[in-house]
Amino acid sequence: MLKLPIYLDNNSTTPLDPRVLEAMMPYLTDVFGNAASRNHPFGWAAEEGVDYAREQIGKLINCDAKEIIFTSGATESDNLGIKGVFEMYSQKGNHVITATTEHKAILDTCKHIEKLGGRVTYLPVDEQGLISLAELEAAMTPETILVSIMYGNNETGTINDIRAIARIAHSHGALFMTDGTQAVGKIPVDVIADGIDIMAFTAHKMYGPKGVGALYVRRKNPRVKVTSQMDGGGHERGMRSGTLNVPGIVGLGKACELARLEMAADTARLSVMRDRLERELMTMEETYINGSTEHRLPHVTNISFKYVEGEGLMMGIKDLAVSSGSACTSASLEPSYVLKALGLSDDLAHSSLRFGLSRFTTDEQIDYAINHVKEAVTKLREMSPLWEMHKEGVDLSKIEWAEH
Amino acid sequence: MAYSDKVIDHYSNPRNVGTLDKSKKNVGTGLVGAPECGDVMRLQIEVDEATNTITDAKFKTFGCGSAIASSSLATEWLKGKTVDEALAIDNMEIVEELALPPVKIHCSVLAEDAIKSAISDYRVKNGLPALELAHH
Repeated sequence: MLKLPIYLDNNSTTPLDPRVLEAMMPYLTDVFGNAASRNHPFGWAAEEGVDYAREQIGKLINCDAKEIIFTSGATESDNLGIKGVFEMYSQKGNHVITATTEHKAILDTCKHIEKLGGRVTYLPVDEQGLISLAELEAAMTPETILVSIMYGNNETGTINDIRAIARIAHSHGALFMTDGTQAVGKIPVDVIADGIDIMAFTAHKMYGPKGVGALYVRRKNPRVKVTSQMDGGGHERGMRSGTLNVPGIVGLGKACELARLEMAADTARLSVMRDRLERELMTMEETYINGSTEHRLPHVTNISFKYVEGEGLMMGIKDLAVSSGSACTSASLEPSYVLKALGLSDDLAHSSLRFGLSRFTTDEQIDYAINHVKEAVTKLREMSPLWEMHKEGVDLSKIEWAEH
Repeated sequence: MAYSDKVIDHYSNPRNVGTLDKSKKNVGTGLVGAPECGDVMRLQIEVDEATNTITDAKFKTFGCGSAIASSSLATEWLKGKTVDEALAIDNMEIVEELALPPVKIHCSVLAEDAIKSAISDYRVKNGLPALELAHH
Protein backbone atom coordinates (compact mmCIF):
# COMPACT_ATOMS: atom_id res chain seq x y z
CA MET A 1 0.00 0.00 0.00
CA LEU A 2 1.40 3.35 -1.07
CA LYS A 3 1.56 5.79 1.81
CA LEU A 4 0.55 9.36 0.98
CA PRO A 5 1.72 12.08 0.80
CA ILE A 6 4.97 11.23 -0.98
CA TYR A 7 8.10 13.19 -0.14
CA LEU A 8 10.06 14.31 -3.20
CA ASP A 9 11.61 17.45 -1.74
CA ASN A 10 14.90 15.94 -0.64
CA ASN A 11 16.98 18.94 -1.66
CA SER A 12 15.23 20.84 1.11
CA THR A 13 15.92 18.21 3.68
CA THR A 14 16.12 14.43 3.91
CA PRO A 15 14.52 12.14 6.44
CA LEU A 16 16.77 10.85 9.19
CA ASP A 17 18.15 7.39 8.39
CA PRO A 18 17.10 5.05 11.22
CA ARG A 19 20.71 3.86 11.45
CA VAL A 20 21.81 7.44 12.09
CA LEU A 21 19.24 7.81 14.84
CA GLU A 22 20.45 4.57 16.37
CA ALA A 23 24.02 5.86 16.45
CA MET A 24 22.86 9.11 18.05
CA MET A 25 20.61 7.65 20.74
CA PRO A 26 23.28 6.88 23.36
CA TYR A 27 24.51 10.47 23.07
CA LEU A 28 21.02 11.79 23.70
CA THR A 29 20.73 9.67 26.84
CA ASP A 30 23.60 8.06 28.77
CA VAL A 31 26.57 9.69 27.07
CA PHE A 32 25.55 13.25 27.82
CA GLY A 33 28.93 14.69 28.71
CA ASN A 34 30.46 17.89 27.39
CA ALA A 35 33.15 16.99 24.89
CA ALA A 36 35.25 19.82 26.29
CA SER A 37 35.29 18.35 29.80
CA ARG A 38 38.80 16.98 29.94
CA ASN A 39 38.81 15.84 33.54
CA HIS A 40 36.29 13.03 33.78
CA PRO A 41 34.98 10.00 31.92
CA PHE A 42 31.71 11.73 30.92
CA GLY A 43 33.63 14.28 28.91
CA TRP A 44 36.02 11.66 27.52
CA ALA A 45 33.14 9.51 26.26
CA ALA A 46 31.55 12.48 24.50
CA GLU A 47 34.88 13.50 23.01
CA GLU A 48 35.43 9.97 21.80
CA GLY A 49 32.12 10.10 19.92
CA VAL A 50 33.07 13.42 18.36
CA ASP A 51 36.53 12.22 17.38
CA TYR A 52 35.08 9.13 15.76
CA ALA A 53 32.67 11.32 13.78
CA ARG A 54 35.61 13.42 12.55
CA GLU A 55 37.22 10.24 11.24
CA GLN A 56 34.01 9.17 9.50
CA ILE A 57 33.68 12.57 7.86
CA GLY A 58 37.36 12.62 6.92
CA LYS A 59 37.01 9.29 5.13
CA LEU A 60 34.08 10.56 3.08
CA ILE A 61 35.74 13.73 1.80
CA ASN A 62 39.38 12.59 2.05
CA CYS A 63 40.56 14.99 4.71
CA ASP A 64 42.25 14.77 8.07
CA ALA A 65 39.99 14.59 11.11
CA LYS A 66 41.59 17.78 12.45
CA GLU A 67 40.44 19.74 9.43
CA ILE A 68 36.75 19.58 10.40
CA ILE A 69 35.14 22.50 12.25
CA PHE A 70 31.68 21.65 13.55
CA THR A 71 28.93 24.23 13.15
CA SER A 72 25.14 24.43 13.38
CA GLY A 73 24.67 23.80 9.66
CA ALA A 74 25.62 24.87 6.16
CA THR A 75 24.41 28.44 6.57
CA GLU A 76 26.71 28.98 9.52
CA SER A 77 29.53 27.21 7.68
CA ASP A 78 29.07 29.46 4.65
CA ASN A 79 29.13 32.51 6.91
CA LEU A 80 32.22 31.33 8.76
CA GLY A 81 34.04 30.48 5.54
CA ILE A 82 33.45 33.77 3.79
CA LYS A 83 33.52 36.20 6.71
CA GLY A 84 36.34 34.26 8.32
CA VAL A 85 38.55 34.46 5.21
CA PHE A 86 37.61 38.09 4.63
CA GLU A 87 38.82 39.01 8.12
CA MET A 88 41.81 36.68 8.26
CA TYR A 89 43.23 37.69 4.88
CA SER A 90 42.36 41.39 4.93
CA GLN A 91 46.07 42.28 4.68
CA LYS A 92 46.30 40.43 1.39
CA GLY A 93 43.18 41.76 -0.30
CA ASN A 94 39.46 42.37 -0.13
CA HIS A 95 38.11 40.81 -3.31
CA VAL A 96 35.85 37.75 -3.38
CA ILE A 97 34.44 36.02 -6.47
CA THR A 98 31.23 34.01 -6.41
CA ALA A 99 28.31 33.29 -8.76
CA THR A 100 24.76 34.59 -9.11
CA THR A 101 23.23 31.12 -8.62
CA GLU A 102 24.72 30.52 -5.17
CA HIS A 103 22.54 29.86 -2.16
CA LYS A 104 21.41 32.91 -0.19
CA ALA A 105 23.71 31.85 2.64
CA ILE A 106 26.61 32.73 0.32
CA LEU A 107 25.03 35.69 -1.49
CA ASP A 108 23.75 37.45 1.61
CA THR A 109 27.08 36.87 3.37
CA CYS A 110 28.83 38.43 0.38
CA LYS A 111 26.46 41.40 0.60
CA HIS A 112 27.49 41.69 4.25
CA ILE A 113 31.20 41.86 3.52
CA GLU A 114 30.52 44.41 0.79
CA LYS A 115 29.16 46.66 3.54
CA LEU A 116 32.41 46.11 5.42
CA GLY A 117 34.46 47.35 2.47
CA GLY A 118 34.81 44.10 0.57
CA ARG A 119 34.51 43.92 -3.18
CA VAL A 120 32.54 41.01 -4.61
CA THR A 121 32.23 39.81 -8.20
CA TYR A 122 29.09 37.81 -8.96
CA LEU A 123 29.80 35.73 -12.04
CA PRO A 124 26.85 35.01 -14.36
CA VAL A 125 26.08 31.48 -15.53
CA ASP A 126 25.14 30.04 -18.90
CA GLU A 127 21.83 28.31 -19.65
CA GLN A 128 23.22 25.11 -18.16
CA GLY A 129 23.92 26.93 -14.90
CA LEU A 130 27.71 26.80 -15.32
CA ILE A 131 30.11 29.70 -14.85
CA SER A 132 32.56 30.53 -17.62
CA LEU A 133 36.15 29.65 -16.71
CA ALA A 134 37.36 32.43 -18.98
CA GLU A 135 35.22 34.94 -17.11
CA LEU A 136 36.53 33.64 -13.80
CA GLU A 137 40.10 33.98 -15.05
CA ALA A 138 39.38 37.53 -16.20
CA ALA A 139 37.83 38.46 -12.87
CA MET A 140 40.86 37.41 -10.82
CA THR A 141 42.94 40.29 -9.45
CA PRO A 142 45.93 40.54 -7.10
CA GLU A 143 43.43 41.51 -4.37
CA THR A 144 41.33 38.37 -4.88
CA ILE A 145 41.52 36.37 -1.68
CA LEU A 146 38.70 33.90 -2.22
CA VAL A 147 36.74 32.20 -4.97
CA SER A 148 33.55 30.56 -3.67
CA ILE A 149 31.55 28.46 -6.12
CA MET A 150 29.01 25.87 -5.04
CA TYR A 151 29.56 22.21 -5.86
CA GLY A 152 26.00 21.26 -6.85
CA ASN A 153 23.14 23.71 -7.21
CA ASN A 154 20.20 23.33 -4.83
CA GLU A 155 17.51 24.15 -7.40
CA THR A 156 18.76 22.48 -10.56
CA GLY A 157 21.46 20.06 -9.34
CA THR A 158 23.96 21.50 -11.83
CA ILE A 159 27.54 20.56 -10.91
CA ASN A 160 30.28 23.06 -11.59
CA ASP A 161 33.74 22.13 -12.87
CA ILE A 162 35.17 22.33 -9.37
CA ARG A 163 38.69 21.18 -10.21
CA ALA A 164 39.16 23.68 -13.03
CA ILE A 165 37.77 26.48 -10.87
CA ALA A 166 40.10 25.55 -8.00
CA ARG A 167 43.11 25.56 -10.36
CA ILE A 168 42.29 29.05 -11.58
CA ALA A 169 41.84 30.36 -8.03
CA HIS A 170 45.13 28.83 -6.91
CA SER A 171 47.08 30.03 -9.93
CA HIS A 172 46.27 33.57 -8.80
CA GLY A 173 47.08 32.93 -5.17
CA ALA A 174 43.46 32.90 -3.98
CA LEU A 175 41.78 30.32 -1.80
CA PHE A 176 39.01 28.14 -3.18
CA MET A 177 35.86 27.52 -1.15
CA THR A 178 32.82 25.51 -2.15
CA ASP A 179 29.36 25.18 -0.69
CA GLY A 180 29.10 21.41 -0.76
CA THR A 181 25.68 21.22 0.88
CA GLN A 182 23.93 19.37 -1.95
CA ALA A 183 26.91 17.37 -3.17
CA VAL A 184 28.62 15.90 -0.11
CA GLY A 185 27.25 12.44 0.52
CA LYS A 186 25.61 12.32 -2.91
CA ILE A 187 28.56 12.29 -5.30
CA PRO A 188 32.27 11.65 -4.69
CA VAL A 189 33.84 14.77 -3.18
CA ASP A 190 37.59 14.60 -2.54
CA VAL A 191 39.04 17.79 -1.10
CA ILE A 192 42.58 16.83 -2.11
CA ALA A 193 41.88 15.79 -5.69
CA ASP A 194 39.38 18.62 -6.16
CA GLY A 195 41.70 21.28 -4.75
CA ILE A 196 39.21 22.52 -2.16
CA ASP A 197 40.55 24.74 0.63
CA ILE A 198 37.29 25.35 2.48
CA MET A 199 33.99 23.51 2.19
CA ALA A 200 30.64 23.93 3.90
CA PHE A 201 28.22 21.05 4.29
CA THR A 202 25.44 19.84 6.53
CA ALA A 203 24.00 16.64 7.98
CA HIS A 204 20.32 17.02 7.16
CA LYS A 205 20.79 16.87 3.39
CA MET A 206 22.32 13.40 3.71
CA TYR A 207 19.95 11.62 6.06
CA GLY A 208 21.47 13.11 9.19
CA PRO A 209 19.88 15.35 11.81
CA LYS A 210 19.13 19.06 11.43
CA GLY A 211 21.13 21.63 13.31
CA VAL A 212 24.61 20.29 12.68
CA GLY A 213 27.04 20.93 9.87
CA ALA A 214 30.73 21.36 9.29
CA LEU A 215 33.32 23.51 7.63
CA TYR A 216 36.32 21.78 6.18
CA VAL A 217 39.36 24.05 6.57
CA ARG A 218 42.60 22.85 4.97
CA ARG A 219 45.57 22.54 7.33
CA LYS A 220 48.45 22.14 4.89
CA ASN A 221 49.40 23.08 1.33
CA PRO A 222 48.39 25.75 2.20
CA ARG A 223 47.51 26.08 5.86
CA VAL A 224 44.20 27.97 5.85
CA LYS A 225 42.74 29.85 8.78
CA VAL A 226 39.44 31.59 9.24
CA THR A 227 38.68 34.21 11.86
CA SER A 228 36.15 32.99 14.38
CA GLN A 229 32.68 34.49 14.02
CA MET A 230 31.56 33.06 17.34
CA ASP A 231 33.74 33.93 20.29
CA GLY A 232 33.79 32.01 23.53
CA GLY A 233 35.62 28.99 24.82
CA GLY A 234 37.94 28.59 21.88
CA HIS A 235 36.50 25.30 20.69
CA GLU A 236 37.28 23.86 17.26
CA ARG A 237 40.87 25.14 17.18
CA GLY A 238 39.63 28.60 18.05
CA MET A 239 37.60 28.91 14.87
CA ARG A 240 34.15 28.21 16.31
CA SER A 241 33.38 28.48 19.98
CA GLY A 242 30.40 26.82 21.56
CA THR A 243 29.72 23.51 23.29
CA LEU A 244 29.73 20.79 20.68
CA ASN A 245 26.40 19.29 19.65
CA VAL A 246 27.63 15.78 20.42
CA PRO A 247 24.56 13.75 19.33
CA GLY A 248 24.26 15.82 16.17
CA ILE A 249 27.95 15.41 15.38
CA VAL A 250 27.73 11.66 15.95
CA GLY A 251 24.75 11.65 13.57
CA LEU A 252 26.68 13.62 10.95
CA GLY A 253 29.54 11.15 11.26
CA LYS A 254 27.27 8.16 10.86
CA ALA A 255 25.50 9.79 7.91
CA CYS A 256 28.89 10.31 6.23
CA GLU A 257 29.88 6.71 6.84
CA LEU A 258 26.63 5.44 5.32
CA ALA A 259 27.03 7.81 2.38
CA ARG A 260 30.55 6.53 1.73
CA LEU A 261 29.47 2.88 1.85
CA GLU A 262 26.21 3.25 -0.07
CA MET A 263 26.83 6.13 -2.46
CA ALA A 264 27.56 4.01 -5.51
CA ALA A 265 24.46 1.88 -5.06
CA ASP A 266 22.25 4.86 -4.17
CA THR A 267 23.47 6.84 -7.17
CA ALA A 268 22.86 3.97 -9.56
CA ARG A 269 19.34 3.43 -8.28
CA LEU A 270 18.36 7.09 -7.91
CA SER A 271 19.62 8.18 -11.30
CA VAL A 272 17.61 5.45 -13.00
CA MET A 273 14.47 6.54 -11.13
CA ARG A 274 15.14 10.22 -11.74
CA ASP A 275 15.71 9.62 -15.44
CA ARG A 276 12.50 7.64 -15.71
CA LEU A 277 10.50 10.35 -13.93
CA GLU A 278 12.03 12.95 -16.20
CA ARG A 279 11.56 10.94 -19.40
CA GLU A 280 7.91 10.28 -18.65
CA LEU A 281 7.15 13.89 -17.75
CA MET A 282 9.00 15.12 -20.82
CA THR A 283 6.59 13.20 -23.05
CA MET A 284 4.18 16.08 -22.41
CA GLU A 285 4.59 18.89 -24.91
CA GLU A 286 6.01 22.27 -23.90
CA THR A 287 7.91 20.77 -20.99
CA TYR A 288 11.52 21.79 -20.33
CA ILE A 289 14.36 20.59 -18.12
CA ASN A 290 16.14 23.42 -16.31
CA GLY A 291 19.91 23.33 -15.91
CA SER A 292 22.50 20.93 -17.19
CA THR A 293 21.48 17.32 -17.81
CA GLU A 294 25.11 16.35 -18.34
CA HIS A 295 26.71 17.81 -15.22
CA ARG A 296 24.10 17.15 -12.60
CA LEU A 297 23.46 15.55 -9.22
CA PRO A 298 21.89 12.12 -9.68
CA HIS A 299 18.79 12.63 -7.56
CA VAL A 300 17.27 15.91 -8.73
CA THR A 301 15.42 17.29 -11.72
CA ASN A 302 13.90 20.69 -12.28
CA ILE A 303 11.20 20.88 -14.92
CA SER A 304 9.07 23.72 -16.29
CA PHE A 305 5.57 22.89 -17.46
CA LYS A 306 4.84 25.83 -19.72
CA TYR A 307 1.43 27.54 -19.46
CA VAL A 308 0.83 26.12 -15.99
CA GLU A 309 1.71 28.09 -12.87
CA GLY A 310 3.87 26.27 -10.33
CA GLU A 311 1.94 26.96 -7.16
CA GLY A 312 -1.34 26.11 -8.84
CA LEU A 313 0.30 22.91 -9.99
CA MET A 314 1.55 22.04 -6.53
CA MET A 315 -1.98 22.45 -5.24
CA GLY A 316 -3.10 19.97 -7.88
CA ILE A 317 -0.54 17.42 -6.77
CA LYS A 318 -1.21 17.77 -3.09
CA ASP A 319 -0.11 14.20 -2.38
CA LEU A 320 3.37 15.01 -3.65
CA ALA A 321 5.73 17.20 -1.67
CA VAL A 322 7.94 19.10 -4.14
CA SER A 323 9.22 22.67 -4.55
CA SER A 324 8.46 25.29 -7.15
CA GLY A 325 10.40 28.24 -8.54
CA SER A 326 7.12 30.09 -8.65
CA ALA A 327 7.01 33.42 -6.92
CA CYS A 328 3.78 32.51 -5.24
CA THR A 329 5.53 30.07 -2.96
CA SER A 330 7.72 32.75 -1.49
CA ALA A 331 6.97 35.95 0.34
CA SER A 332 8.44 38.01 -2.49
CA LEU A 333 6.64 38.05 -5.80
CA GLU A 334 9.80 37.35 -7.75
CA PRO A 335 10.26 33.88 -9.23
CA SER A 336 13.45 31.90 -8.61
CA TYR A 337 16.60 34.00 -9.10
CA VAL A 338 18.51 30.82 -9.88
CA LEU A 339 16.27 29.93 -12.82
CA LYS A 340 16.27 33.53 -14.01
CA ALA A 341 20.08 33.49 -13.93
CA LEU A 342 19.94 30.56 -16.37
CA GLY A 343 18.11 32.86 -18.75
CA LEU A 344 14.64 31.48 -18.14
CA SER A 345 11.81 33.92 -18.75
CA ASP A 346 9.73 34.76 -15.70
CA ASP A 347 6.78 32.73 -16.95
CA LEU A 348 8.87 29.57 -17.32
CA ALA A 349 10.39 30.13 -13.90
CA HIS A 350 6.87 30.42 -12.50
CA SER A 351 6.03 27.09 -14.14
CA SER A 352 8.83 25.03 -12.62
CA LEU A 353 8.85 22.16 -10.17
CA ARG A 354 11.86 20.61 -8.45
CA PHE A 355 11.78 16.91 -7.72
CA GLY A 356 14.37 15.58 -5.29
CA LEU A 357 14.69 11.84 -4.69
CA SER A 358 16.19 10.10 -1.70
CA ARG A 359 17.58 6.78 -0.55
CA PHE A 360 14.03 5.98 0.57
CA THR A 361 12.25 6.80 -2.70
CA THR A 362 10.62 3.77 -4.35
CA ASP A 363 9.66 2.91 -7.91
CA GLU A 364 6.05 2.81 -6.82
CA GLN A 365 6.30 6.39 -5.57
CA ILE A 366 7.81 7.49 -8.88
CA ASP A 367 4.97 5.79 -10.79
CA TYR A 368 2.48 7.66 -8.66
CA ALA A 369 4.32 10.94 -9.17
CA ILE A 370 4.41 10.54 -12.94
CA ASN A 371 0.68 9.91 -13.20
CA HIS A 372 -0.28 12.53 -10.67
CA VAL A 373 1.80 15.30 -12.29
CA LYS A 374 0.63 14.43 -15.79
CA GLU A 375 -3.01 14.52 -14.72
CA ALA A 376 -2.63 17.83 -12.93
CA VAL A 377 -0.72 19.49 -15.78
CA THR A 378 -3.33 18.32 -18.30
CA LYS A 379 -6.20 19.55 -16.15
CA LEU A 380 -4.59 22.93 -15.48
CA ARG A 381 -3.68 23.44 -19.11
CA GLU A 382 -7.31 22.92 -20.05
CA MET A 383 -8.03 25.69 -17.59
CA SER A 384 -5.19 27.93 -18.82
CA PRO A 385 -5.95 30.81 -21.21
CA LEU A 386 -2.28 30.77 -22.26
CA TRP A 387 -2.48 27.13 -23.28
CA GLU A 388 -5.60 27.86 -25.35
CA MET A 389 -3.91 30.79 -27.05
CA HIS A 390 -0.79 28.74 -27.68
CA LYS A 391 -2.92 26.02 -29.27
CA GLU A 392 -4.61 28.63 -31.47
CA GLY A 393 -1.20 29.77 -32.65
CA VAL A 394 -1.24 33.10 -30.85
CA ASP A 395 2.26 34.46 -30.19
CA LEU A 396 2.08 35.28 -26.49
CA SER A 397 5.17 37.47 -26.67
CA LYS A 398 3.31 39.81 -29.03
CA ILE A 399 0.47 40.48 -26.59
CA GLU A 400 0.56 43.66 -24.59
CA TRP A 401 0.09 42.31 -21.09
CA ALA A 402 -1.17 44.60 -18.38
CA GLU A 403 1.60 44.26 -15.81
CA HIS A 404 0.32 44.44 -12.30
CA MET B 1 0.40 28.01 3.62
CA ALA B 2 -2.95 26.32 4.10
CA TYR B 3 -5.79 27.12 1.73
CA SER B 4 -9.33 27.73 2.92
CA ASP B 5 -11.94 25.06 2.21
CA LYS B 6 -13.65 27.37 -0.26
CA VAL B 7 -10.44 27.93 -2.24
CA ILE B 8 -9.87 24.19 -2.33
CA ASP B 9 -13.45 23.60 -3.45
CA HIS B 10 -13.25 26.11 -6.32
CA TYR B 11 -9.79 24.84 -7.31
CA SER B 12 -10.86 21.20 -7.29
CA ASN B 13 -14.28 21.79 -8.89
CA PRO B 14 -13.91 25.01 -10.82
CA ARG B 15 -17.22 26.48 -12.02
CA ASN B 16 -17.67 27.70 -15.56
CA VAL B 17 -14.31 26.88 -17.09
CA GLY B 18 -14.44 27.48 -20.79
CA THR B 19 -14.65 29.81 -23.71
CA LEU B 20 -17.48 31.92 -25.14
CA ASP B 21 -17.60 32.96 -28.77
CA LYS B 22 -15.81 36.30 -28.65
CA SER B 23 -16.97 37.20 -32.16
CA LYS B 24 -20.51 37.61 -30.83
CA LYS B 25 -21.55 41.18 -30.19
CA ASN B 26 -23.09 40.39 -26.83
CA VAL B 27 -19.95 38.65 -25.47
CA GLY B 28 -17.43 40.71 -23.55
CA THR B 29 -13.90 39.40 -22.91
CA GLY B 30 -11.43 40.55 -20.28
CA LEU B 31 -7.83 39.34 -20.33
CA VAL B 32 -5.80 40.63 -17.39
CA GLY B 33 -2.51 39.90 -15.69
CA ALA B 34 0.75 38.84 -17.31
CA PRO B 35 2.56 35.52 -17.69
CA GLU B 36 5.71 37.10 -16.18
CA CYS B 37 3.76 37.86 -13.01
CA GLY B 38 2.48 34.34 -12.72
CA ASP B 39 -1.22 35.20 -13.15
CA VAL B 40 -3.34 35.60 -16.26
CA MET B 41 -7.14 35.58 -16.10
CA ARG B 42 -9.50 35.54 -19.01
CA LEU B 43 -13.09 36.19 -18.05
CA GLN B 44 -16.00 36.34 -20.49
CA ILE B 45 -19.60 37.39 -20.09
CA GLU B 46 -22.59 36.89 -22.34
CA VAL B 47 -25.24 39.58 -21.96
CA ASP B 48 -28.93 39.51 -22.74
CA GLU B 49 -29.16 42.91 -24.39
CA ALA B 50 -32.89 43.32 -23.73
CA THR B 51 -32.55 43.06 -19.95
CA ASN B 52 -28.87 44.05 -19.66
CA THR B 53 -28.43 40.84 -17.67
CA ILE B 54 -25.43 38.50 -17.71
CA THR B 55 -26.74 35.11 -18.83
CA ASP B 56 -23.46 33.25 -18.97
CA ALA B 57 -19.90 33.66 -17.72
CA LYS B 58 -16.78 31.59 -18.39
CA PHE B 59 -13.17 31.79 -17.30
CA LYS B 60 -9.75 30.37 -17.88
CA THR B 61 -6.91 31.20 -15.50
CA PHE B 62 -3.17 30.63 -15.40
CA GLY B 63 -2.17 31.10 -11.79
CA CYS B 64 -2.08 29.79 -8.28
CA GLY B 65 -5.01 28.12 -6.51
CA SER B 66 -6.27 31.43 -5.15
CA ALA B 67 -6.27 32.99 -8.60
CA ILE B 68 -8.22 30.07 -10.03
CA ALA B 69 -10.68 30.16 -7.13
CA SER B 70 -11.15 33.95 -7.42
CA SER B 71 -12.06 33.75 -11.08
CA SER B 72 -14.26 30.68 -10.59
CA LEU B 73 -16.16 32.49 -7.85
CA ALA B 74 -16.45 35.62 -10.01
CA THR B 75 -18.16 33.70 -12.81
CA GLU B 76 -20.59 32.22 -10.29
CA TRP B 77 -21.48 35.65 -8.99
CA LEU B 78 -21.79 37.22 -12.43
CA LYS B 79 -24.49 34.95 -13.76
CA GLY B 80 -27.92 36.53 -13.33
CA LYS B 81 -26.55 39.94 -12.39
CA THR B 82 -27.20 43.01 -14.48
CA VAL B 83 -24.13 44.64 -15.96
CA ASP B 84 -24.45 47.48 -13.47
CA GLU B 85 -24.65 45.09 -10.55
CA ALA B 86 -21.58 43.26 -11.87
CA LEU B 87 -19.67 46.52 -11.98
CA ALA B 88 -20.28 46.95 -8.28
CA ILE B 89 -18.47 43.73 -7.32
CA ASP B 90 -15.55 44.70 -5.10
CA ASN B 91 -12.43 42.62 -4.73
CA MET B 92 -12.76 42.63 -0.94
CA GLU B 93 -16.00 40.65 -1.26
CA ILE B 94 -13.98 37.94 -2.98
CA VAL B 95 -11.30 38.13 -0.28
CA GLU B 96 -13.93 37.63 2.40
CA GLU B 97 -15.82 34.87 0.64
CA LEU B 98 -12.65 32.85 -0.03
CA ALA B 99 -10.84 33.87 3.17
CA LEU B 100 -7.78 34.86 1.15
CA PRO B 101 -4.66 35.71 3.17
CA PRO B 102 -3.05 39.14 2.62
CA VAL B 103 -0.41 37.74 0.25
CA LYS B 104 -3.22 36.53 -2.06
CA ILE B 105 -5.27 39.74 -2.17
CA HIS B 106 -3.79 40.52 -5.58
CA CYS B 107 -5.69 37.49 -6.94
CA SER B 108 -9.00 39.10 -5.99
CA VAL B 109 -7.87 42.42 -7.45
CA LEU B 110 -7.13 40.64 -10.68
CA ALA B 111 -10.58 39.03 -10.68
CA GLU B 112 -12.23 42.42 -10.20
CA ASP B 113 -10.09 43.82 -13.03
CA ALA B 114 -11.14 40.91 -15.21
CA ILE B 115 -14.84 41.61 -14.57
CA LYS B 116 -14.47 45.31 -15.36
CA SER B 117 -12.36 44.57 -18.40
CA ALA B 118 -14.96 42.13 -19.77
CA ILE B 119 -17.74 44.67 -19.21
CA SER B 120 -15.71 47.38 -20.88
CA ASP B 121 -15.13 45.14 -23.88
CA TYR B 122 -18.87 44.46 -24.07
CA ARG B 123 -19.62 48.18 -23.89
CA VAL B 124 -17.18 49.07 -26.65
CA LYS B 125 -18.63 46.36 -28.89
CA ASN B 126 -22.04 47.92 -28.38
CA GLY B 127 -21.10 51.50 -29.09
CA LEU B 128 -20.65 52.65 -25.50
CA PRO B 129 -17.49 54.31 -24.22
CA ALA B 130 -14.89 52.06 -22.61
CA LEU B 131 -14.70 51.99 -18.83
CA GLU B 132 -11.83 53.77 -17.23
CA LEU B 133 -9.99 50.85 -15.72
CA ALA B 134 -7.89 51.24 -12.64
CA HIS B 135 -4.35 49.96 -13.02
CA HIS B 136 -2.90 47.90 -10.26
